[in-house]
Amino acid sequence: MGITFRKETFRDDFTFRNSPEHIRRFPFPFHEDAYMYAVNIEPHVVGPKGSVLENLIDVDEHYVAEMQDRALVLAEDPLRCQSLPHMTLAGWDLLELLMEQQSLGYPEHFTLTRDGDRWRWINRPLGIDDTFTFGDTSTLPYGPMEYITRQSQGDFCILDQRDGNLWMDAGMVTTQADWSLDFDIGMNFFEWHAPVPLAHEKGIFIRALKFLTNIQQGKPARRLNWTMTVNPRLDTSPENYHKWGPDRATVTPENVGDKVHLRVELQSFWRLPRSNGIVFPIRCYLIKMDELLTQPKWARRLHRVIRDLPDELANYKGLTRYRPTLVEWLSKLDDGSATSPGFGPD
Amino acid sequence: MSTGTTKLDVVVSDVVPVNDLVTRFHFRRRDGELLPTFSGGAHVVVEMRDGGRTRLNPYSLMGSPLDTSEYTISVRRDDVGRGGSLFMHRNVRPGLEMVISYPVNLFSLDLRAKKHLMLAGGIGITPFMAQTAQLAAEGGNFELHYTCRTASLGTYADVLRERYDRRIRLYHDDREERIELDRLLSTQPLGTHLYVCGPAGMINWVRDRAAALGWPPETVHFEHFAAPQPGLPFDVTLAVSGKTIRVDEQQSLLEAIEAAGVDPPYLCRGGVCGQCETNVISHDGKFIHNDHWLSEEDHRSGCKIMPCVSRFEGKSLVLER
Repeated sequence: MGITFRKETFRDDFTFRNSPEHIRRFPFPFHEDAYMYAVNIEPHVVGPKGSVLENLIDVDEHYVAEMQDRALVLAEDPLRCQSLPHMTLAGWDLLELLMEQQSLGYPEHFTLTRDGDRWRWINRPLGIDDTFTFGDTSTLPYGPMEYITRQSQGDFCILDQRDGNLWMDAGMVTTQADWSLDFDIGMNFFEWHAPVPLAHEKGIFIRALKFLTNIQQGKPARRLNWTMTVNPRLDTSPENYHKWGPDRATVTPENVGDKVHLRVELQSFWRLPRSNGIVFPIRCYLIKMDELLTQPKWARRLHRVIRDLPDELANYKGLTRYRPTLVEWLSKLDDGSATSPGFGPD
Repeated sequence: MSTGTTKLDVVVSDVVPVNDLVTRFHFRRRDGELLPTFSGGAHVVVEMRDGGRTRLNPYSLMGSPLDTSEYTISVRRDDVGRGGSLFMHRNVRPGLEMVISYPVNLFSLDLRAKKHLMLAGGIGITPFMAQTAQLAAEGGNFELHYTCRTASLGTYADVLRERYDRRIRLYHDDREERIELDRLLSTQPLGTHLYVCGPAGMINWVRDRAAALGWPPETVHFEHFAAPQPGLPFDVTLAVSGKTIRVDEQQSLLEAIEAAGVDPPYLCRGGVCGQCETNVISHDGKFIHNDHWLSEEDHRSGCKIMPCVSRFEGKSLVLER
């Protein structure tokens, strides 16, 4: 049975919603009633049926709407997609990975057939049926990375590995939480993480880099990250700060449930076989507070996490302005009872 | 099994003598599927069941990355080595089922390079077989200088000359031909990257001259074919697993830990990747650090060791593992 793709928007009238099944599969990121950085990296292996980990590359009911939103962002600002000249081979690697994973996980929606270098790709939700020569950029309407990431949910950073470091040398980034590919392109791992508070002191980045540079082919890894967003916007980029920044001042006790969204990123890390690069898909999931409260455990726990978050982190995540309003609203959902261990709802 | 990499079940599909010292081995997947794609410079770790003992040796993939119907490696026989290459030469026949790791690349091409200048010594030619195939397919600019003892020991020299003609330069020790290294290094176009693979002496010579002639370190890439060095036997206590084990003369510390039933991570087994790094809890004696991973400061501190290549001489050693 196929996915029923929603018609919805992530801008203007903000009609984005999660279906009840999608609320239950939301990747809630807090396994306890508090939050602090950790190198929370684990093997990216297939998880329970019905969860966002059922397939290693997840496609969900928001797919078509997200791809339409991406096309709008790119039409306004083509610099959201960039690839330095030496990264074309890595782009082909990524095209192969995403076509393989999407067709494997969702055969009713995607089909890949290969005859040597002659490949045919059918994407039914987007009405695409293309035949091309693998490795020959002139046979696709875009470069290989842009072609396939216009058809894949989430952002993609492709990292070149050299000198014991990772370099952000290509990417498709349109659904980001306040950072910019155009700013970070060409930077190494330490340079692009420079703004993150507290974690440097803990030596987290040195350990994380050692781990990432040792990621092996056939053994992807993953972690969850989170922030909050006012209104269900996918594109909260620095370039468009003037559009979404002022939203933070619009949160009132009356509209918290509809406006404030928990934004969870499922980040995975894959070694690419031909280029020996690493691709870092950042898949964004949004859930509004009114949807979250349908799972009482999550609402109780989120109250405690946001209430006790260190100020530096709240500031870095951009919550400071509306945190008191949000905590007050969430406190009414917290009866003080214990939360069960683990991420899932009760 | 191992925590190193994902494993592949393969069958030896062919064994081809190349010259007096080198034999080539071909592997195919047992299930008939294609093998994983790889990049030039990658190696696999081959598991050898040698009686009651498991040997794990890394070998560069030397086929074209464009053809993954089979993997090929070339093994130089070392009659005084630790036994892995002898096992390959004596015991591995077509039809034998073996287990190898997924490809791992610790000697990757820098795809930004305007030109790739490659220097190979002896069996150090193997990673360049795949790298030149990869570059040739993409129209990349490369030049390979290959030194060997004699023409008959110039493994694949004929193949390379036929494929790439003047991009290949050969040097034979018995004819006293030497790479004119300084001239070569000082006449390269801007944007050239240098790659060297061969005996330690050659690698050190090339790195030193490149540094002296002003090559930025990030443009100089090298791969050691370092097997663990034998040494005096020593005893180790593993604190976490609560075992005390003996490391034999011909055994590496990593192999002894594995033989004791502990499953430490590893990738290269040659002291460069960092995966098997282990904390030292206490020691009374001297480390013989043969690795290229830890900093000099780490070596001096006595707090860390790379069990794949490093040894110890002294009274007592306790590791965290």
